[in-house]
Amino acid sequence: MITAATTSGLPRLDLGDSAASFVTWVTTTFSGAFDQIKAVIVWFYDLIDLVLSAPPFWSVVLVLVLAAYCVKGWKLAVGSLVGFVIIATMNQWDNAMDTLALVILSSTIALVIGIPLGIWAARNDAVSRTLRPVLDFMQTMPAFVYLIPTVVIFRVGVVPGIVATVIFALAPGVRFTELGIRGVDKEVVEAGHAFGATESRIMRQIQLPLAMPTIMAGINQVIMLSLSMVVISGMVGAAGLGRDVVAALQRVDMSLGFEAGVSVVILAIFLDRVTSALAARAPVSQALAKAAA
Amino acid sequence: MTVVPGNTAGQTDSAGRPTNSAAPATPTDTATPADSATPTDTATPADSTTAATNQPDEIAGPAAVAPAAAAPELAAPEIAVQVKNVYKVFGRRANEAVRKLSRGATRDEVKHLGTAAVIDASFEVARGEIFVVMGLSGSGKSTLIRMLNGLWKPTSGQVRIGGADLAEVSGKELRAIRQRSVSMVFQHFALLPHRTVRDNAAYPLEIQGMAKAERLAKAQTALELVGLTGWEDRLPSELSGGMRQRVGLARALAADTDVLLMDEAFSALDPLIRREMQEQLVEIQHKLNKTIIFITHDLNEAMFLGDRIAVMRDGRIVQIGTSEEILSDPATDYVAQFVADVDRTRVLTASSLMNRPAAVVPMSAGPRGASRTMREAQVSAAYVVDRSRRLRGVVYDSEVVAAVRAGITSLETLVRDDVTAVTEDTSLSEIFAPASESPLPVPVTDAAGRLMGVIPRVALLEAMVPSVSEDHDEPTASEVDDAPVSDALALAQQGAHS
Repeated sequence: MITAATTSGLPRLDLGDSAASFVTWVTTTFSGAFDQIKAVIVWFYDLIDLVLSAPPFWSVVLVLVLAAYCVKGWKLAVGSLVGFVIIATMNQWDNAMDTLALVILSSTIALVIGIPLGIWAARNDAVSRTLRPVLDFMQTMPAFVYLIPTVVIFRVGVVPGIVATVIFALAPGVRFTELGIRGVDKEVVEAGHAFGATESRIMRQIQLPLAMPTIMAGINQVIMLSLSMVVISGMVGAAGLGRDVVAALQRVDMSLGFEAGVSVVILAIFLDRVTSALAARAPVSQALAKAAA
Repeated sequence: MTVVPGNTAGQTDSAGRPTNSAAPATPTDTATPADSATPTDTATPADSTTAATNQPDEIAGPAAVAPAAAAPELAAPEIAVQVKNVYKVFGRRANEAVRKLSRGATRDEVKHLGTAAVIDASFEVARGEIFVVMGLSGSGKSTLIRMLNGLWKPTSGQVRIGGADLAEVSGKELRAIRQRSVSMVFQHFALLPHRTVRDNAAYPLEIQGMAKAERLAKAQTALELVGLTGWEDRLPSELSGGMRQRVGLARALAADTDVLLMDEAFSALDPLIRREMQEQLVEIQHKLNKTIIFITHDLNEAMFLGDRIAVMRDGRIVQIGTSEEILSDPATDYVAQFVADVDRTRVLTASSLMNRPAAVVPMSAGPRGASRTMREAQVSAAYVVDRSRRLRGVVYDSEVVAAVRAGITSLETLVRDDVTAVTEDTSLSEIFAPASESPLPVPVTDAAGRLMGVIPRVALLEAMVPSVSEDHDEPTASEVDDAPVSDALALAQQGAHS
């Protein structure tokens, strides 16, 4: 598909056109499958959104604050409470819950795909070598670009946002899982073999528990990336804070933009602190912390 | 007469005399009280030597030597681990490298084909033996031990554990062998950090599928054995290095396998803790009679623990032998250099130093016979033995001559029993004290109190000099021998330096 010359004098290579026609081909060929996927994603999203949005504001806040108290302590609980009240007083609570539902669903999908891929890559060098450039591509491709094919395939709405988010947030889940498992003390794994354990037992009882602090750090990254991406996916009609941010941008509405932006920040801090606290509660992390004390 | 360690207390009476001397046949001996004849007493030292040499040599390979631990009464030692012409080469063209190595190529010559970690290793380890593989880092010892439980597959050759060839068995069978027959202790302990000491010790049993109550009880027994009672509910991170390795040891013991592989198990520990652990391991081995294959780079550790030692260099086993054999008869210059700075006093034992006594007088010879023997040997004192060659004491020339003049016909009143004897397995470091107490050479007796030989002081001094510098030290040795002191060394080695 070499047509006109470029400014460098080299012939024009139409890689973009190839990608576009590939997406068109995929869309028409697998339209049935995509409709199914879309239906499933919408169903799950509606379910999670219903759980978060339908009950009264105070009951949801109570549950989230209680969760913060349980995993970390009263300081995080108080901070979360203040943050949620601020969101509510800016009248962004419903948007925030829509965004939270998007984050929960997309990071769950990303982890369900990413962690097994990471385990596979840790056990198989060929898989690891193949995945590495793919993950590089997925992580460095500007986030907006994912929205284009997903909109073509799934049309505007929540689904292209979620799918783009999953692709964007997948990489750290895979990488951290592989890194964590490969980083497990070789001798301990050897000990498992030496005492006659099966591969699956070694994975369950030695490799995964010992890699858990690293995997948890990966989960934290996946969630944070998901949050940043679901905001961007407001551009393609995904619900939540993202839609207000995009609207504020288009109307140059400083106050709306600030309020939506601050809500995103509060949500991000909450999610980050809770998942970090969860990572610190992994048995291996606790054992190591005990040693340091 | 006192006897230094190794000899059991029951064999001497309050007067220091052997209580079960042989029945006397000559009138001179009748005065000895409590004489009784037992069947074993009739055995002469020569008998036991014959028994030892007749011992069937089960060990294959040119460098192999019969285990030092094998006592004559142990007819055929049961082989626990058998390694036969094992090669391990890492690399794509491993098989080609093995072919070249087996035709005598060196490790460097096959470098382009792969890394030869282990080259033509062959040895057998008897049940209940502590077999030490010693070598510096990169000598292939870690690879070798990992082939003994199938963590690595040999590129060529056979590894047999309890009769099963590890290369032939299926994955499931291999796991069963690891559960039942061979466990391992690791250099950096390899404990599960998130499990308690008790759960760590019970882990092999959990893998075996043992019920919880039973496995925790067994783990408890193993932890008691290594002295960790009271620490069961702690996490490994709360323990010191030495204690963590005790957990590692308890875990391997809880698995209750015959063979215990120990990969540089004590190398990460402080010297003092290391010594303590070595002593504990020997103690446990005596109690449980495990077959232990111990990897180390520390020659002193190898010498302390090993019934036999295999010295590895650049992937090859250069010598297999007891610590004494390796010290006194190093197979290559490399081994000789290696052993040069070993604390020889702890390794060498009386049996490797002793000489034939120049003058031994049987009790029945009487003063006249004793004086003749001393005159012929040109010595001024002689050890006296009974009919079973049991050491009775020492007689001095002046007293013997006086007795002859006085017409006394029995040596009984002349024998002095203020002699400190050592047993054959007494280490050199413990012979210095008795040697310094008396100008006479130190008598060496076997377990039954029979005189096996003597250690002149000069031999003691000579042994301190490593064999590599032997040429250099020869003049010094003879100087000592020529010195006036040698007159006092009355029972000096027969014909030596004369």
